Amino acid sequence: MSTPIAAGTLSASSPAASRARFVRRWRRRIALLGESTPAAIGIAIILAWVVLAMLAPLIAPYAPNANDVMALAHATPSWAHWLGTDHLGRDILSRILWGARPVLVIAPLAVLGAAALGSLLGLAAGYYGRWIDLVITRACDIVLSFPVIILYMIILAHFGSSAWNIIGVLTLTKAPIIARIVRGMTLDLREREYVAAAKMRGESPIYIMLVEILPNARGPLVVDMCLRTGYNVIIIGALGFLGIGLPPPDPDWGGMVKDTYGMMMVWPHMALFPCAAISSLVVGFNLLAVGLRELGLRD
Amino acid sequence: MTDAPLLAVRDLRVAYATRGGEAVVIPSVNFQLNAGEALGLVGESGCGKSTIALSIVRYLGRAGRLVGGSIRFEGRELTSLDETGLRAIRGRRIAMVYQDPMASLNPVMAVGRQLMEAPMTHEGVSASAARARALAMLAEVKLADPAAVMERYPHQLSGGQQQRIVIAMALITGPALLIMDEPTTGLDVTVEAAVLDLVRELRSRHRSAILFISHNLGSVARVCDRVAVMYRGEIVEDGPVRSIFSSPRHPYTRGLLDCLPTLGSDKHQAPLVPIAGQVESSLTRPPGCGFAGRCAHVEIGRCTSYPIAAAPVRGEPEHHVACVRAEELPQWTRRRGSDVAHEFAAATEAMVAVHHLTKIYEPRRRRFRGTRAPVRAVSDVDLTAARGRTLAIVGESGCGKSTIAKILSGLEVATAGGVTLDGVEVGALAVDARGPALKRKLQMVFQNPDSTLNPSHTVGYAIGRALRRLQGRAPGDVAGGVARLLEIVKLSPAMAARMPRHLSGGEKQRAAIARALAGDPAVIVADEPVSALDVSVQAAIVNLLTEIQAARSATLVFISHDLAVVRYLADTVAVMYLGTVAEVGPVERVFASPYHPYTEALLSAVPVPDPDHAGARILLEGRVPGAGEIPRGCPFATRCPRRVGPLCDETPPPVQRFGDHRIACHIPGGELARLQTALVEPRSIGR
Repeated sequence: MSTPIAAGTLSASSPAASRARFVRRWRRRIALLGESTPAAIGIAIILAWVVLAMLAPLIAPYAPNANDVMALAHATPSWAHWLGTDHLGRDILSRILWGARPVLVIAPLAVLGAAALGSLLGLAAGYYGRWIDLVITRACDIVLSFPVIILYMIILAHFGSSAWNIIGVLTLTKAPIIARIVRGMTLDLREREYVAAAKMRGESPIYIMLVEILPNARGPLVVDMCLRTGYNVIIIGALGFLGIGLPPPDPDWGGMVKDTYGMMMVWPHMALFPCAAISSLVVGFNLLAVGLRELGLRD
Repeated sequence: MTDAPLLAVRDLRVAYATRGGEAVVIPSVNFQLNAGEALGLVGESGCGKSTIALSIVRYLGRAGRLVGGSIRFEGRELTSLDETGLRAIRGRRIAMVYQDPMASLNPVMAVGRQLMEAPMTHEGVSASAARARALAMLAEVKLADPAAVMERYPHQLSGGQQQRIVIAMALITGPALLIMDEPTTGLDVTVEAAVLDLVRELRSRHRSAILFISHNLGSVARVCDRVAVMYRGEIVEDGPVRSIFSSPRHPYTRGLLDCLPTLGSDKHQAPLVPIAGQVESSLTRPPGCGFAGRCAHVEIGRCTSYPIAAAPVRGEPEHHVACVRAEELPQWTRRRGSDVAHEFAAATEAMVAVHHLTKIYEPRRRRFRGTRAPVRAVSDVDLTAARGRTLAIVGESGCGKSTIAKILSGLEVATAGGVTLDGVEVGALAVDARGPALKRKLQMVFQNPDSTLNPSHTVGYAIGRALRRLQGRAPGDVAGGVARLLEIVKLSPAMAARMPRHLSGGEKQRAAIARALAGDPAVIVADEPVSALDVSVQAAIVNLLTEIQAARSATLVFISHDLAVVRYLADTVAVMYLGTVAEVGPVERVFASPYHPYTEALLSAVPVPDPDHAGARILLEGRVPGAGEIPRGCPFATRCPRRVGPLCDETPPPVQRFGDHRIACHIPGGELARLQTALVEPRSIGR
């Protein structure tokens, strides 16, 4: 404090130094994840699925939609088909590996969409208050008061089923929940002295909401986003199960269960393996959320 | 009284689990407490005083661990006692009073039942006997109408009343030891004075020993027989209260006493004397004296090689000090800074003028439930701050001082009346309605170091952003300006890359001052800027503010509840009570008789770190009118010790003018002067 450091050492603004700082910060954060057992297990499960999904074209033993008519006689797991085949003779392992790809794209994208929309709504409601708050919270309540599955059926029946439409629907139905969380945090954060300081130097409301308030709401927001991603995996499965998910014949975990659950008494593996895939991914996201909250509380 | 002490702590060693392994926070602490004695434990934040209190009742939590040593209480060893044994002692033989009374009281239970609980569970007495005891105890803690108080819930009582209830709860079982951890820290000064007097009085009656933990040397001086000063987990000096305050031996104790502004000193004499450096962590420890890094008398080698044990001071067997150089140090006299005081701009025209300012908060309309009365936060206030001078606004919580700061800064707008800033009317202008020049002209320093900087951005970003907004600099062109501002507030330019969580409270406040200076403001509004800081850091920040003010001829509007700091810093003082100005004038006139009766009470309540301080205290009785009530007469009438009669309740007090000194009171100034004795030593006497 007493020794003024020469201005030359103030390399804080050079791009190389800031990049190095960025790398260091992220390395520290990743190392921190290892300190929480749930977070570490959750990350391991999620990463395993991501790797498997990316490598699906290379490691899947069969094409996802190839029918092995011969295998129909013995649909149960065998050396040729590790997880067996379905009622059309398609290799379940290959279909699960390929089926991971749409889930791992749609679920996170839908969460990001919901987080973006929900954060904006929540920030505006919490920051401005008054009638803006009233309109936004009531609109959120209305969306939330619908039984979600019915809402999906109506929307998807009207617009047809595609990956983008699923993302859109999930974004719309999850955004109100995120908006509520962000609104609550904004009500508290907008009273902070750094917000008053920002007002006093004439910052715009947009700047105050996005730069001064939102970064400080990120802790609970990230935890919630992890949880929501897990829930989205379930919902995508449920949509597939109801036949309003991704259009056939491309593999989709929920759709695989729908096609085969009627044969549970004879060939339980056909529905069980896709179910196990869904559960493991959901558990992965939940564990990560638990771990992140634990780490957040510790600091 | 038996020969064995009531409480004997020997070689107590406590460690906390941290991410980097176990850290010893209390290496070895020894002290004892006799029956009926009051020991004060003082030190700045993080020095381990609360850890010691928690160790005694074994409430260390999961992270803390008693590593070694012994705590003997009434002949029993507490360190090895099991939960059942501890339960029999906690609450019954040892009671605790904490800082926040709301945290000790159950919000959904009437206080009477909470009071009766302890005798009923610990002693198995009947409900009616417990009720009688509770009533008697409430009368003892001087709560009016005990029977009515019994039925109240905690939220229906004021902070001072709540703390009295907690004290009554602690004393109702007749404990042998009462541990009080910062019991008056959250209270207003007049309430604090009353609670401290109560503790003193109860002590003599109940013969409970008291372990009194506080960072405030003044309140310790008022209550305790003996004092132990802690630094970095060690007791560096202990002894009878008189010896500690009149001839402190340890450089840290001396530093603590030196850095306090007193009611008799001001900025025109000399700067305050802060302790060099900042409070060091108890988690790490050098091999020698823990204070060596900040000590002006350090001798490398002797002080820094091996642990220093406490030894009795020659001629004072009761007084121990852990300093190898204690005998060599010169005799202590209350030191004043050796630097020359700054030159301040001469008063010229008014920079900030507040005229007939009124702020009324309209309650939200509530359908079906009727409307609540509007709250008058500020009513009809007139103040001026001359260019380059300091206007201080003092008063207790809820007096409207922060509302005035918010109106000045445009975070709120006036309901009526106005504010001129360098001749421009701004009272009705919210901050976004003010032009860039007006924004630049007035900036603010806030109270809470933890929320004044955005935890998500670096210090450099915060200051750089202010430079960009207020001076229109380009984003690439701020690094030099940031470094220069950091230098002005005496922080290293490398701090720019740090996140606020890596800064100490004092450093955060410096960075916030640098941010406020970015637009080179003509007026700095500082709302309690040092209230949340440790005393040694507080002195440094006060010095920094005076220095900056002198260097830039900036006008400072300083809002505080601390009269000693105000006395030191201000040129003009306004004393506020319930939204009105009770008294305003040049600092030396306000701090001298005749006082407004409220100023008189405030001044007499200031805890002075001198056990021989013989000022008579004026205790305020009566109720503070609620937020929605607008007194018809004098707002202070309900509590005023010099109330003359119904006149005070009925008619607003006339403002009496003695030159630039104004007092709003029905009692004529001459009469006030005759009734009052001087509470502050005149400046000329000095020390």
